[in-house]
Amino acid sequence: MTLIFDAMLCALTLGVALATVLGCGVFRTIVFFVVYGLLLSVAWVRLDAVDVALAEAAIGAGLTGVLFLAAFGKLTRIGVEAEPSPKRFHLPAALGCIGLSGAMAWAWFALPEPHRPTPDLSDALPRAGVENPVTAVLLNFRAWDTLLEGTVLLAALIGLWILTRDEDWHHRLGRLQHVRSGGVMESFGRLLPPVGTLVGVYLIYIGADQPGGAFQGGTVLAAVGLIAALAGLLRPPRITECSWRMALVAGPLVFLGAGVAGEVFGVGFLTLPGSIAEGAIFIIEVALGLSIAVTLALLVIGPPEGGDSE
Amino acid sequence: MADFATYLFTGVGLFFFVAGSVGFLRFPDVFSRLHALTKADNLGLGFITLGTAFQAEAWRDAALLALIWGLVLLAAGTVSQLISRDALRERDEK
Repeated sequence: MTLIFDAMLCALTLGVALATVLGCGVFRTIVFFVVYGLLLSVAWVRLDAVDVALAEAAIGAGLTGVLFLAAFGKLTRIGVEAEPSPKRFHLPAALGCIGLSGAMAWAWFALPEPHRPTPDLSDALPRAGVENPVTAVLLNFRAWDTLLEGTVLLAALIGLWILTRDEDWHHRLGRLQHVRSGGVMESFGRLLPPVGTLVGVYLIYIGADQPGGAFQGGTVLAAVGLIAALAGLLRPPRITECSWRMALVAGPLVFLGAGVAGEVFGVGFLTLPGSIAEGAIFIIEVALGLSIAVTLALLVIGPPEGGDSE
Repeated sequence: MADFATYLFTGVGLFFFVAGSVGFLRFPDVFSRLHALTKADNLGLGFITLGTAFQAEAWRDAALLALIWGLVLLAAGTVSQLISRDALRERDEK
């Protein structure tokens, strides 16, 4: 029975992936991309990788899809032709995709069969300070990767803000949202955030022992903020606001601070000694979750476009 | 007994999903297609939730399933309102 389900899931994923790549129309492609992300997260659940499934659903399907939609909307708004001409063949893109797929296929055959969890990891897990092996790897054993991921998000946001026109710099981020007062969107914006905030905070909190963590929880919190902003209940901040800037850098800063502290106390850069690992990981996760939430939400909202003149 | 209830309710749920999908493909305009998607599919999801709740090991799981259904109802209802308002505006502009 599960074999039939898995086969159907594989076929659907492949079909939707093909529709994403070969389909015509940018909007349709984005919709298929989101569906592809959701199918992929179901596949990750089937592989018992709930952490990855949560990340795929929240970031891969949800947030990336929203970013694509926002970019598409902006292209249409400023009158740029978003649709590529159907006849043109994108050779560099095709070659890049073929190369990437080939490399992944090669890795599939070349890498040894994984044992879960590997003997080394189960030996080291008691020293990690957390029970969830994924969190142990992300925030302790291979903290480098996670630190760089958090920093990349920040760099992306700064890159986006650089595109701001000089005269818009002191305006609020994004465009002014027009919402009917007392309408459907406004009541949705009031109803959902309490539940969403609870889910997001829970995901960050539970990350130490069960699937969840700063990235998954942070993305849910970002979505909550975006819904409140779309409903006109939360005004987006300005670039120049100090407290928001602090929220943006809090995660990487705390993470880096913990890493430097390890170096100072002689255990090595980004190494958390077992005795304080649990508390340190919790503090890092909270700070990182906050920064990820704010960074992702502001990425979607985009640079200030001078929509408000106050 | 619980297994029978699961078969029954998920079967009913699947029927509503098929009906909703057929309606989505066959109905002529945005509004009736939204009607098929939101009403039939949400009802179908409700029945499937009910069916799977009979397999839950604890009340907590059943409550979580109910919460998921409630959230989907809220999201689907809101999104269909927004889509239909946009479609109304487009029709009036023509």
